[in-house]
Amino acid sequence: MLRVDNITVVFGGVTAVKDVAFGVKNGELLGLIGPNGAGKTTLMRVITGTVTPVSGSVSLINTSLDRKSSHERIRAGIGLSQQIVHPFRSMTVGENVAYAAGYAKTRNPLRSILSYSRKKEMDKAREILKLLDIEEVAEATPTNLPLGYLKRLEVARALALQPKILLLDEPLAGLNQMEARKLADKLLELNRLGQTILLIEHNLSEVIRICGRIIVIDNGIKIGEGEPQKVMRDPDIRSAYLGEGYNNAAS
Amino acid sequence: MEYEISLLTIMGISIIGALSLNIIVGFCGQISLGHAAFLGMGAYTSAILTKMGVPFAAAVLAGMVVAAIFGILVGFASLRVRHDFLAITTMGVAFLFLGIVRKQEFLGGEMGIAMIPDPGLGKVGYMILVLLLALAVALFSIYLKRSWMGFTFDVVADDEDTATLIGIDVSSYKLIAFAIGTAFAGLAGALYAHHVKFIDPESFNFVESITVLSMVVIGGAGSVWGVIIAAAALSLFPMWFQFIDQYKLLVYGGLLCAIMLFSPDGLSGIFTRSLANIRGRESNASG
Ligand SMILES: Nc1ncnc2c1ncn2[C@@H]1O[C@H](COP(=O)(O)OP(=O)(O)OP(=O)(O)O)[C@@H](O)[C@H]1O
Ligand SMILES: [Mg+2]
Repeated sequence: MLRVDNITVVFGGVTAVKDVAFGVKNGELLGLIGPNGAGKTTLMRVITGTVTPVSGSVSLINTSLDRKSSHERIRAGIGLSQQIVHPFRSMTVGENVAYAAGYAKTRNPLRSILSYSRKKEMDKAREILKLLDIEEVAEATPTNLPLGYLKRLEVARALALQPKILLLDEPLAGLNQMEARKLADKLLELNRLGQTILLIEHNLSEVIRICGRIIVIDNGIKIGEGEPQKVMRDPDIRSAYLGEGYNNAAS
Repeated sequence: MEYEISLLTIMGISIIGALSLNIIVGFCGQISLGHAAFLGMGAYTSAILTKMGVPFAAAVLAGMVVAAIFGILVGFASLRVRHDFLAITTMGVAFLFLGIVRKQEFLGGEMGIAMIPDPGLGKVGYMILVLLLALAVALFSIYLKRSWMGFTFDVVADDEDTATLIGIDVSSYKLIAFAIGTAFAGLAGALYAHHVKFIDPESFNFVESITVLSMVVIGGAGSVWGVIIAAAALSLFPMWFQFIDQYKLLVYGGLLCAIMLFSPDGLSGIFTRSLANIRGRESNASG
């Protein structure tokens, strides 16, 4: 489904990602973990075209994304939920999601000016918000909502795009244990219904519980890949990952 | 009676001009400090063409097209620079326009263009035409705001980077906002030219740009009703108090500052907040 090949990213002389390659298979729920500053978010940004790598390539369903701009990559079938939440603050939570759900109407400006009704998209938004347990804030504006809600709004907006692959950057952060478990269950359920997901997460217990496969990166280098239980038993990974990042991983 | 007819005509033209800027500033969130230049382009194009014998309607349409073409060019600037830099760029474009017009003989230079042909509708007929066009632009604005294009403008004005990350081609939408906004500015300019029958570079100087911007900001950027009311009121203002004309920049500058300080969302903001207050009080009383 998604292929990332030999990606190297340099920020002002500092190498943030070095020669990383991996693939996400169709229908897979793949976890991407690593300590703070490992380069996970940077990889995500390379996939969406926000960050340009010095080398390497990205492709989705055998089509190269390298020459495409960010919005074209999203249109090619990527749904992104960012680590730092970016709700549209001038509209309600429901409108945020409804706007994304109307992606077919906004693909081309001519179609957008000829489209008026928002009813179908508002209904769709309700449905998604309900799925993520934040239906009660549909009418609220994002300002003043707790982070746990905004994180789920971010996921809801990505889901509304009906993407071929869902990229989630720490969706469980800011949620309490019960909410995190519930959302993880939802992700697993979506995955079982066929949604391909790439999940970046610090909440290791949930990652190990729901992901079929994980990739570990540290200092911009891929240091492990495979079945979660097996990978986490590898002594090298334990020392690299748990050694410096254990506290973050546990929180 | 003639005076009132002229007043209403100017009011209609002001409303079209303010609504045109409202699409760029209020809907799409792009700042423009040089809007008068686009009114000027419409005015000059239509004036010259009608003097050459082109029919009024065709000349006005051409004025809209010329303004929109330059509007799209300035729109490209909005893709490269944001906020304060865009403000300075648009201001620069307006000065550039004045500088060029002043030096072109075929545009009348400093002397301007006089004896612009009358559309032949009579004073009342012309007033009705202007008011109907103002109504049409207002209805279009209301429709646009509620359409998915308007929804997209909201999103672009709110956070364009995030808009990109949900698949929006932000550049195209910004250019369209500039194209629509400046086309209507061209319309307002052309209508103005055929109303007063004489234009010169001073008719479209920086003070005029600030005047139009004041109408939008004071009315409440984005609010169609607010902008219409502010444009109507401010267009009458200098005629009630002739002396204000000399202190225009001072008065509008002062009003702009006051609004920015006390109610950044303009009159429409004051109105919605008081409405919410009244409702709140009512529900408190009942509950
Ligand atoms: N725009 C940038 N400019 C300069 N350096 C950056 C930039 N973005 C990230 N970095 C650096 O690149 C490295 C990788 O950062 P990244 O955000 O990808 O880590 P991460 O794995 O997502 O960490 P976390 O778990 O804390 O979110 C870090 O050292 C970071 O400081
Ligand atoms: Mg990160």
